[in-house]
Amino acid sequence: MAASPASLAVDVRGLNKSFGDKHVVNDVSIQVGTGRVTGFLGPNGSGKTTTLRMLCGLLTADSGEGMVLGRDFRTQAREIKLRTGYMTQRFSLYEDLTIAENLQFMARVHGLDDRERRVDASLDRLGLQNRRDQLAGKLSGGWKQRLALAAAILHEPRLLLLDEPTAGVDPKARREFWDEIHGLAADGLTVLVSTHYMDEAERCHDIAYIAYGRLIARGTADAVIADSRLVTLRAEGPGADRLASRLAGQPGVEMAAPFGLALHVSGTDRRALDAVVAPYRKPPLSWTEVEPTLEDVFIHLMSRQEDVW
Amino acid sequence: MSPLNWTRVFAVMAKEFVQLSRDRLTYAMILALPIVQILLFGYAINSDPRHLPMAVYVQDHSAFSRSILTSLQNSSYFDITREARSPAELDRLMARGEVLFTLTIPPDFSRRVVRGDRPQILIEGDASDPLATGGAVSALAALPQRALAADLVGPLSPRAAVQPFEVVVHPRYNPESITAYNIVPGLLGVVLTMTLVMMTALGMTRELERGTMESLLATPVQPLEVMIGKLAPYVGIGLIQTTVILVLAKLLFDVPFQGGWGALAAGVLLFIIGSLALGFLISTVARSQLQAMQMSVFYLLPSILLSGFMFPFRGMPDWAQAIGSAIPVTHFLRVVRGALLKGLDLAESWPSLLALAAFVAVVTTLAMARYRTTLD
Ligand SMILES: Nc1ncnc2c1ncn2[C@@H]1O[C@H](COP(=O)(O)OP(=O)(O)O)[C@@H](O)[C@H]1O
Ligand SMILES: [Mg+2]
Repeated sequence: MAASPASLAVDVRGLNKSFGDKHVVNDVSIQVGTGRVTGFLGPNGSGKTTTLRMLCGLLTADSGEGMVLGRDFRTQAREIKLRTGYMTQRFSLYEDLTIAENLQFMARVHGLDDRERRVDASLDRLGLQNRRDQLAGKLSGGWKQRLALAAAILHEPRLLLLDEPTAGVDPKARREFWDEIHGLAADGLTVLVSTHYMDEAERCHDIAYIAYGRLIARGTADAVIADSRLVTLRAEGPGADRLASRLAGQPGVEMAAPFGLALHVSGTDRRALDAVVAPYRKPPLSWTEVEPTLEDVFIHLMSRQEDVW
Repeated sequence: MSPLNWTRVFAVMAKEFVQLSRDRLTYAMILALPIVQILLFGYAINSDPRHLPMAVYVQDHSAFSRSILTSLQNSSYFDITREARSPAELDRLMARGEVLFTLTIPPDFSRRVVRGDRPQILIEGDASDPLATGGAVSALAALPQRALAADLVGPLSPRAAVQPFEVVVHPRYNPESITAYNIVPGLLGVVLTMTLVMMTALGMTRELERGTMESLLATPVQPLEVMIGKLAPYVGIGLIQTTVILVLAKLLFDVPFQGGWGALAAGVLLFIIGSLALGFLISTVARSQLQAMQMSVFYLLPSILLSGFMFPFRGMPDWAQAIGSAIPVTHFLRVVRGALLKGLDLAESWPSLLALAAFVAVVTTLAMARYRTTLD
């Protein structure tokens, strides 16, 4: 990563966390460039939430060191909390308070001045003004998510941690949410957002991929794809999709999956891959080499990780 | 740790107020609980049962004895249902619960009345249920004056001027014999304990269960600020309940208020704060609302049983008294009973108040030590 330490909002190395004898986060290092939107990816249970909680002082790391917003994340959690907004995976505002009351509460605990104006501005910005007196618990998923975001940025933090903010939200609301995130980043906010939607990963400046508690890839989407040295061949033509089962498990084939009517075959060993598909390089099938998608790369990374496990 | 920030304390307090005002359970707990309890217990206080079965052992078959029996019958508190032929038989009847009272009239009773040496008759009462027998026992006070009034005429009339005989009342099974008024202070303690310990314990674990704790902990709010902000509204609730109970006690049952207002105020306040701190402590241990509920009930039981509310404190075995002394209700009861019934104020009640203050200090310290600012 080219960024110098001064421009890193988050620069933490060697994070570890165990619950009982379960090693949930294993030697994870995470860097987030100031003003960048970094996607934190990984399957369910891989340790994303745990990592985010350690960064904002909600969980104590077993080991690890580094800075969040220029402060030691292990000893200056309070300082960090003052400048960080955290949107939890599960809705965690008060369902028996109204939208406005929830925001007022947040404004007060953060000791903000000019509270009425800030709450009003925040309601306007998120289009919640005409629902301000609705109980938070009565809101639909998309509105809850907007409210949670509004509450997380009310005190104008410099770092925003979002934990799967769009889970269970419809595509239109997701799109709007991401536009909002990019708007905030354009204003200078640093964002670390966990997700497992691939299309969202592609909207991030940088990506960090975690599986089984280990960080296994990071960088820009292009760099992650290039670093994987994955080769993907695409077959088109009648019956292409039905070849998947025959090719899967052959030497050199790490992944063979139908994509609609076409077939993607991936592996890191180009020669082995060519050898395996050679018998099928004849009409009616036509073969081309394509750029692997992020999804291809993650499935590949995952399967390698499983082997190591 | 930075100094207490009152804006944050107020933030938590305001939020708690609004949440409480939207929770119907709150209203039930604040008003219905004390009212229902005092009516239930008050009914018992008022019920003043009559026609209680009595066995008699009369060793002096005279007109005087007959007059006493008639007088007892006429009071309507006693029904003479058995006549025994020995003290042992009396004991048996009482032990089996066939009678609640026994009367023994000694052999030379009438002779000694006439001589004017004020003989004694013995009435034993089964006081294991003092509420049931209290009214009857107090009715006995008038017996010596009235029973023989018709008999002591003519030359014997000087005998009627002073009490012609003495009634020795001997409560069995419950020597301290709680009077009905004792119930109200105990009730106050129990209602406050039930409401305050339970509501705070549940209130905090609810934040954990619903996940709102995560948001709360991600803010810069500090443990003591959370504690003060969360508990303050409940102090108000406790004071409302205290007022309701005391006013009802006065209006409906005419419980005496002898004074001791300073001790009463200090006792109520310390007890409320102690109960709240305990609820808070429970919430730092319990992982769910169900656990919090169980722990509160677990605490409530000795508060009712070992505090002197249900059973007289001095009548309990040493180990039970030791446990009882560690429970704040015990000391609270002493303060409130002392104030209401005997007019004892700060000067007399300070040992109990000190015990309450110590409880507050210990529990608050423990709660603060256990309160986690992380989710670990
Ligand atoms: N408080 C906890 N106690 C025990 N295990 C936990 C706790 N929190 C998370 N875990 C476990 O740690 C693993 C990682 O969880 P999490 O960080 O929530 O993953 P993710 O957010 O990537 O889905 C999971 O197996 C989860 O069950
Ligand atoms: Mg998660």
